[in-house]
Order: sequence, then structure tokens, then C-alpha cells
Amino acid sequence: MLADIEEFYRLDRLPHIWCPGCGNGIVLACLVKAIKELKYDQDKTVVVSGIGCSSRASAYLDFNTLHTTHGRALAFATGIKLAKPELNIFVITGDGDSSAIGGNHLIHAARRNIDLNVVIFNNNIYGMTGGQYSPLTPKVQKATTAPYGTIERPFDLAKLVEAAGATYVARSTAYHTRLTTELIINGAKNKGFSVTEVISQCPVSYGRRNRFNTPAAMLEWQREMAVPVIKARSMAPEELEGKIITGELYRGHAPEYVSEYTKLTQRLKEEAEGV
Amino acid sequence: MSGPTKPRLMQGNEACAEGALAAGVRFFAGYPITPSTEIAEILAERLPLLGGKFIQMEDEIASMAAVIGASLAGVKAITATSGPGFSLKQENIGFAAMAEVPCVVVNVQRTGPSTGVPTAAGQGDVLQARWGTHGDHPVIALCPSCVRETFELTVTAVNLSEKYRVPVILLMDEVIAHMREKVELPSPGEIKVIDRKKPRTPPEKFVPYQPDADGVPPMANFGEGYRYHVTGLIHDKMGFPTNKGPEIAGLVTRLTGKIEQNAADIIRWEGLYLEDAEVVVVAYGCVARSAREAVKKLRREGLNVGLFRPVTLWPFPAAEIAKRASRARGLVVAELNLGQLKLEVERASQGKTGVHFVGRIDGELLTPREIIAQVKGVL
Repeated sequence: MLADIEEFYRLDRLPHIWCPGCGNGIVLACLVKAIKELKYDQDKTVVVSGIGCSSRASAYLDFNTLHTTHGRALAFATGIKLAKPELNIFVITGDGDSSAIGGNHLIHAARRNIDLNVVIFNNNIYGMTGGQYSPLTPKVQKATTAPYGTIERPFDLAKLVEAAGATYVARSTAYHTRLTTELIINGAKNKGFSVTEVISQCPVSYGRRNRFNTPAAMLEWQREMAVPVIKARSMAPEELEGKIITGELYRGHAPEYVSEYTKLTQRLKEEAEGV
Repeated sequence: MSGPTKPRLMQGNEACAEGALAAGVRFFAGYPITPSTEIAEILAERLPLLGGKFIQMEDEIASMAAVIGASLAGVKAITATSGPGFSLKQENIGFAAMAEVPCVVVNVQRTGPSTGVPTAAGQGDVLQARWGTHGDHPVIALCPSCVRETFELTVTAVNLSEKYRVPVILLMDEVIAHMREKVELPSPGEIKVIDRKKPRTPPEKFVPYQPDADGVPPMANFGEGYRYHVTGLIHDKMGFPTNKGPEIAGLVTRLTGKIEQNAADIIRWEGLYLEDAEVVVVAYGCVARSAREAVKKLRREGLNVGLFRPVTLWPFPAAEIAKRASRARGLVVAELNLGQLKLEVERASQGKTGVHFVGRIDGELLTPREIIAQVKGVL
């Protein structure tokens, strides 16, 4: 455990449930470092998660924590944020949780541009149930429910949430820890819907079926595949095939939902008072 | 409550919205569905004026989730739907039952199953209200049979959800929802509003799921200094997941037990001419109106017939039914389904008398004449 961020963990909840070599702990530490850097009051910070391996993270953190139903974290978080706008809200979700069962909530939270900070732990697989393919499993990769390799096309989540209206979209990997922390911080500072997708590794349910012999080999792969967004802009689409474009991918400006609601109530109040 | 206290013509759905506001509800999340939509429309207009929050979510599941989120943040929250939406909400109703998050779900019943007949009345969700979500779980379901009672029971629903930290279902029906009646609402001072128990210990000593003697733990709202964990997993008293047998059984037993233990406080029913009734008609919601008319007519004919109207369908007033069953020649259950509450009446009457049935499933309300015919068959 890293001494400088221990205060944000419920140490009595450890050891965690994750497998050896799992990337979740690395990504979680990046998130915690970001919250520390942001100097958010623990009492005023809420961590909401869905269902799946990464979503179990909320129980390990010393904030107001809410472990919801599968795919619904953003809908619960929307209720909290609208009810109590002063709370800082982070949403932890996985690839299946956010893009399959929770896909509708993801695009609508993005459309509203509600001030939530989402960190998607993308390990390309349903890990908790033992390795079924998700909407983010790359084509031809194997899973227990795709024993011959998946024939489905994966989402590009970053493009999806950008198109849906998110005003901050970033991507990193578990290998690039400093970048991950920096991106989460910037996302939190964005007043609006912020999504940071972090490519993580699942050596047990994904790696060993897909020619990754060790967790380290998966981290190596993340390092090799990562292309900073600035560099990617000068590369041809075929060169970028299979690559992980990292960094701040999109920043937009749009009205934030809760602020708009507050403005509406303010206007109504003024009208009632005859201002 | 800013509504007028002088008599006014009001629809059931409107009374529900007014009742929610009177009970202190300041958050609504919902999704449009007939025949409940007016509740959302009215609250969309009223809540922003009262500093409350209204949001139309992307689907029924999300509305239930948002309501739970708002309640965890300390704001009384409600949603309204009908059968198809009620089915979708079951997942998170179970979460609210498990995590003990106060909230109210209004289900304006229409004819089912599936999309059914959206504009026609039905009472086919009686058992779904009890067992719609998976696993053993607590629930309270209240069923109004006139517009004024819709107002009162909405207040009661919010109060019971806060008091027992349980999702409360307000089981309306299309007739009551869309019917207009002259209503005199109670003045704000007459309305009893109950708020959830707050922790009595400092945060460092707070045990989030340690119940009081009533089986209900005090509740801390997010953002008020009590950092704790909320999960739909079976959890220990600290709120963290557990796989230990005694803790699993202990939690489920307490969750269901808190309703059983407080049944006397929760259960509501109404009787008419029960003292000497040889036949008791059991009816609720819109059908109770026809049943009342039927019973009055039969009394005028000199027949000893009474009406038992359960107001809480869940928990069911089984002891009261048992009492009538041991004295009456027969019970006649009248409802707009194929006999859902009849099952419960049979169970409660323990074979002490015959349980007869009259129902309709064609989207039309049972008439007094139909009920009278069935009662006369028993007499």
C-alpha cells in the first residue's frame, strides 16, 4: 500500500478480491491520487460504482460509497448529484457495466453533460463471471463465450461518449499511471460529464486465453500500443489500427445539467417575486 | 403544502402529486407512461417552484435508480409508473429494500400483461407489488379507492418509507388515477410528516446497519459527515459484503422482520357493516367503490352483507380476515384480475369459510350488479 494515499482507503477492508496481476488496484490508486491532488473533502465526495470486478472498488475507499446494480451507477449518481449538487461524484465502472448493460445511462448522462467524473476500468472482458466477451473485447480475441474468437465489433467508447455529448473525454492505460492520474484530475476540473477510459489488464480471465503469458506482458502490451493523441494526429488510420490513443481526446463546452436546473429554479423564483 | 384547503375538483393523479409535496417529497424521477403521466407532469411544474428537483430519465430503470440516489443524499423522493414500467423498476426496488433506502413507487395499474391495454383499468399487479423483485424482501403496498384517500395514502406512503426505510408501493389503478372528485385537502398543519431517524452517535462510532429495537437502523445522508458503504450485496452491520451464513440469514430476517414486527402500525383497513355480516365482500381500489354500492343495496334488501377493504395490501390484514372468516358464511373477493388477492384471502381464512370470487379482466370496472349477483349466489 502506498503510504501517501492510505488515508483514503478503508484499510480494514483489505485484502481486496482481485486476482494477482489485476490492473484494478493500479487504476484505483491513480483515482485516489487524483482525489488527493484535488483536495476534495472526503465527507463531500461520493464514489458510485456498478457491478463487476472494478465496481467492487468503492467498498475499499473511505468516502460516501455506493455500490449499485449492474450498469446503473450513472443513474444513481445522477440522482445524488441533482439532489445535492455540492457533492463531488466519481463513478467507477467497467467495460461491460458501462457500455453493455449501462450503455443507455452512459449516453444519456453524456447528453445531459451532468457534472459526474467517470473512470471506466476497461479490461476488455467480463472478469467477475469468468471471462465472457464484452462490447469492448477486440475482434477475434477469445472469451469463454467466444471460444473461436469474437466476431463482434467493439465500441470506441471515447468516440461514443463524445458524440453523446460528454465535454471531457480521455484515455490512458494501467501502465501509464501518472498520465491516468493527471487525466482524472483534469476530468474532475471539467464542469460537466467527464469520462476517462483506462485500459487495464485481466490476466486471469482475458490474458491467458489471448496469448498473454504474464500480467507484465499485458502491461508491456499497453506500453507498446499506446500512442499519445498528439502523435496520433499525424498518423494514418491504418497505422493506428489496434493502437490505444491516449491523452485528452476531446474537450467541449456545453451547459452543465445541474447548473441549468439551478438557473431554471432561480428564474422561476425571480418571476414569482416579480423581479 | 401550498395547495388550497377549500373544496376543489381533483383527479387521483393530481391528489397523488399533491400528497407527495405535502409529505415533503422534493425529488421526482420518472419516465412517461400511461396512466400515470399526470403525476410526472404536475410535479415537473411544481417541484422547481418549491426548490425541488424533477428529472425525466432515459428509462424506468434509471428513474428508480435516480430516486434511490436522491434519497441517499437526504431528499425525499418518489417515482410514478404503470405495469410495464413497474416490471423494469423491480431490479432497483430490490436494491432499495436491501440497502434500506426510503422511497415511494406509485404504480397506476392498467390492464396487463405486457403492454396490455394502456388506458384501461386493471388490478393485475397485486402479487407483483409483493414479489416482483427477486429474493425474500420487505415491502409495503397501499391501495387508495378515492381521490382524497390517494392524497392521504401518498403522505402515508412517504411517511412509512421514511419510518421503516423501505420502498413503499402506492398501488393505484387507472380508474382512481383519472377520476375526478370534489376534494377538501387537509391544511398543512393537519398533515403529519415523518422523517427518517438520524444517527445518534458521532461518525467514528456509527454502525450504519445496527437496528434500533424497532428493527430499523438510523440513516445517515451522504455528505453529512458519516462516510459509509451502501451495497445491494448481503452486508454486515458496517454495510460491507459478507458471505457468512449467520450474517446472510440475519440480514434477510431483519429486513423482512421489521415489517412483520411493526405490522400493527402499518396495516390499515376499512370495514362496512361487518358486525353481523353473513357474507363479506373483500375489495380494494376502484372495485371497492362498486362493492360499497353493492353492499348498501343488499342491506336495503335486508341481507346481512358487509365490506372489508384492505388499504394495505402488503402487509395483508390477515388476522382481520381470519376473524371475518370464522363468523361469515362466505367471503367474496372482487378484483380486476383472475384472483390474485383471493389467494391471500384464502390463506388468511384458513379454510374456515368459503372464499368466492368475482373478477373482470376486460379493462372495465366491475359493476355493483355483478358483485350483487355473486353475493346472492353465496347467500
